[in-house]
Amino acid sequence: MFYSIQDIIEQSANYPSVADLMIATEMATSGKDRETIRAIMAKNLTVMEASVAEGVAGVRSVTGLTGGDAKRLDQYLDAGDSLLGPTVLTAVRNAVAVNEVNAKMGLICATPTAGSAGVLAGTLMAVRDQLRMDREAQVDYLFTAGAFGLVIANKAGIAGAEGGCQAEVGSASAMAAAALVIAKGGTADMAAQAVAITLANMLGLICDPVAGLVEVPCVKRNAMGASQALVSADMALAGIRSVIPPDEVITAMYQVGRQMPQIFRETAEGGLATTPTGQRLQKQIFGDATN
Amino acid sequence: MDKALRFRSVFDIIGPVMVGPSSSHTAGAARIGKVVRDIFGEVPEKVDIYLYESFAKTYRGHGTDIALVGGLLGMDPADPRLRDSLHLAYEQGIKVSFVPKSDKVDHPNTARIVLTKGTRTMSVVGVSIGGGNIQINEIDGFKISLSMGTPTFITVHQDVPGMIAQVTSIFSENDVNIATMTVTRAAKGEKAIMIIESDVRRPDLVPQLRALPHMQNVTYFE
Repeated sequence: MFYSIQDIIEQSANYPSVADLMIATEMATSGKDRETIRAIMAKNLTVMEASVAEGVAGVRSVTGLTGGDAKRLDQYLDAGDSLLGPTVLTAVRNAVAVNEVNAKMGLICATPTAGSAGVLAGTLMAVRDQLRMDREAQVDYLFTAGAFGLVIANKAGIAGAEGGCQAEVGSASAMAAAALVIAKGGTADMAAQAVAITLANMLGLICDPVAGLVEVPCVKRNAMGASQALVSADMALAGIRSVIPPDEVITAMYQVGRQMPQIFRETAEGGLATTPTGQRLQKQIFGDATN
Repeated sequence: MDKALRFRSVFDIIGPVMVGPSSSHTAGAARIGKVVRDIFGEVPEKVDIYLYESFAKTYRGHGTDIALVGGLLGMDPADPRLRDSLHLAYEQGIKVSFVPKSDKVDHPNTARIVLTKGTRTMSVVGVSIGGGNIQINEIDGFKISLSMGTPTFITVHQDVPGMIAQVTSIFSENDVNIATMTVTRAAKGEKAIMIIESDVRRPDLVPQLRALPHMQNVTYFE
């Protein structure tokens, strides 16, 4: 087992890849064999693909607060006249798609959470053709992300109610950044730097869901998580290092989460949730707050 | 395996496959409901659900209420029937109430579920720690620490002499080490439960345990 990002760097040196370290660790802790473990992950990948496709085709949430933005992005992307290049914008479109499906109570794969499920699937589907990733390489992408995610989850946490949105979209974005680096041929150390850069940029992000729904601002926060993952990955691949080491950044995220007031930890009592519009929407959807 | 780690499997992070919208408030809630139902061992007539902190504030928006009840009806987090669970519970004649509480608790995503059937009542506290992962922290006032991802057996049996010895001898005959064990009961001679965590995955022990006299139900999960 590995307990820190430094452990991942050191232990993965004994394996062909970080993904192989993750699989070997899973075999040891679960008692399942390699084929079974890869097959479960391949099933998760299939769910991710379906959720991207469903969202891009256009969906509407149970409340009607969100939906249709992935389709808008898809049409905008098709028109070929955007500020961002197609890779980043495709990742953003995909990430929005998955979270729109999530908001309509559709089937998704939590990575690490449902509210942040768009980031990992969104980035993977955006780069897999460009990086010529076959099915096995895509499954490896998820194992790599899972390895870094496990360390973040155990050292800091992944629940918005514990640590705010930094723990959800922040963790998802860091996991995706690491997996992108490795998929592009970078080292485990570069992946670790991408994790540090991402989490450092997400520190303090609050969880302030309007009406307590996983819709506003969650869907658009996934767009940010996906784009930041690509930015961090390219920065790390360019040789940029985080001044604060990855494990210290994760500890900082944990401490920021502990110090974060409860109103910013998934209670819908602060931030966007308590704006006049946020409160009006809450009343509109659930009636008076007192009942 | 380090017991202190909250997350042990890659599938705690990449997964679960689930119906949205929240891994902690929907998928985790469904898992709490399902485990609680397994521990209770029979269909309850009445379920009172007390919700704390984030669960109390956002349960309607996150579908925590329908997920807990779906779990209590035996549904998994990916079950498309989850959204109809309140209706399904009503059809089965199960009375469900939700009580948001303002008391401070150890974890922001906490639910206390009180199940009743006839004169039998059981109270279980579950917490959802993120990414769909859960812990069971209390049964009938007894503090326990039951985390998912560990092979776990839960027995519901009559509180008669020799039950613990008979159960543990099945483990020893099969060369399975018991990692932790909790025993509790409603009252002397009434229903009792045993929660046993083992070091290895052995769902095949369930039929042997079920065959014991005075055993009412055995569930296994990991």
